[in-house]
Amino acid sequence: MTIIDLSWWQLALASLLVLALAATSHLARLGMARSLLVAAARTVIQLALVGLVLELVFELGRLRWIALMSLVMLLVAGREVMARQKYRLRGGWAFGIGTLSMFLSAFSVTVLTLVVIIGPDPWYRPQYSIPILGMLLGNTMTGVALGLDRLTEGVRRQRALIENRLMLGQPWNVAVGEIRRDAVRSGLIPIINAMAAAGIVSLPGMMTGQILAGTPPAIAVKYQILIMFVIAVGTGFGTLAAVSAGARRLFDARERLRLDRLTGTG
Amino acid sequence: MNSSGPAGDLALEDVSVGDLEPVSLAVSRGKVICLSGASGSGKTRLLRAVADLEPHGGDCRLGDIRQSETPAHNWRAQVMMIPAESQWWHETVGEHFDADAGDALEALDLPGEATSWSIDRLSSGEKQRLALIRALAREPRALLLDEPTANLDAESIKRVERWLLEIIERRELPTLWVAHDAEQIQRVSNRHLLIRDGRLEES
Repeated sequence: MTIIDLSWWQLALASLLVLALAATSHLARLGMARSLLVAAARTVIQLALVGLVLELVFELGRLRWIALMSLVMLLVAGREVMARQKYRLRGGWAFGIGTLSMFLSAFSVTVLTLVVIIGPDPWYRPQYSIPILGMLLGNTMTGVALGLDRLTEGVRRQRALIENRLMLGQPWNVAVGEIRRDAVRSGLIPIINAMAAAGIVSLPGMMTGQILAGTPPAIAVKYQILIMFVIAVGTGFGTLAAVSAGARRLFDARERLRLDRLTGTG
Repeated sequence: MNSSGPAGDLALEDVSVGDLEPVSLAVSRGKVICLSGASGSGKTRLLRAVADLEPHGGDCRLGDIRQSETPAHNWRAQVMMIPAESQWWHETVGEHFDADAGDALEALDLPGEATSWSIDRLSSGEKQRLALIRALAREPRALLLDEPTANLDAESIKRVERWLLEIIERRELPTLWVAHDAEQIQRVSNRHLLIRDGRLEES
């Protein structure tokens, strides 16, 4: 099977369609034309840059470059987790908790998947390690951000309830128990829905990409199953770790609810 | 839960919170000290500090138990604050009770089946009375009451006062009671302190 390479003028043809959409939305006064075009331009620039970096890393194939790239991806993901929270923990805790829990779960699941399951030689071969880490980080990031956002929002809204439970002598972890569970659940819902709908409602993006690039569907399906499993595991443990650490940080050593540790509150 | 009987007097030692000057105060077993003052004067915050719900200066003692040396949830289970607006998190009343409500329901003019009521259908007055029963069923050894009759009609107020005073006396509970109504303060308090300009004054 041969792969048809896309030339830049072919992509330019596709961009004409985006321009058509922008023109239409302008005429329909949706006020979206500008942001649509900016987003499309960002896609081109960011992906082209990442393509260059990937080409370089693939060519070098050295562990230290792969590690550096992974570190950059992790820090960007950590920043994004922080940005997606309406109320965040002060003093670097929002970034720290998000980044550390993503590091613990996404990196260990990636290494485990490479070494134990796929087994490329060497184990960090960029063709395998970078896409898997990227998918894991992206999804874990969503889970961690959703979970932390739900947690901080929940304790803010239910402050009186948590404190009434504390007044009755409940330990902090019991008083915040339902909110914490709810937060972990909301982080896990996207991947559970994606697994439940996979192949029926839509063809997963990674599998589609592999098929387009010439992989036989039977192999693409197996990789998709693998990736969904590891995403579920990475997201699950990452969200659990982040929400647990976040909840702990919202109470002090005297088991007092400390909303003053969140931004946007007194 | 705390079946070893009354623990002793409640003592505030230089407790400072917010704009309040440090407060030192002793509440004897079975006695009620009423606190009053304009809204925002810091009455509720003082109760919260005694319950260790917010950072504060100074320390508190219940008999020989020190707040700063006791795990926070143990302290709060003994020195129990009951907020003006009670909160409920399960679906029915009964699920919030650790222990049997006993004859408290009847004493507060609530039917025996009130424990099976759903939270959604409770009036504010019913919530307030049930919250008192819920807290006292856990057998605290000191009480911090924040306007415990604010949502009640005149007849219920008297009934709740009588019931609370009987328990406070029988179980020998030192009690801080935030109240507005001068007549109520007269009826329930052994001593009345007024918070004005960040300071506690004898009234």
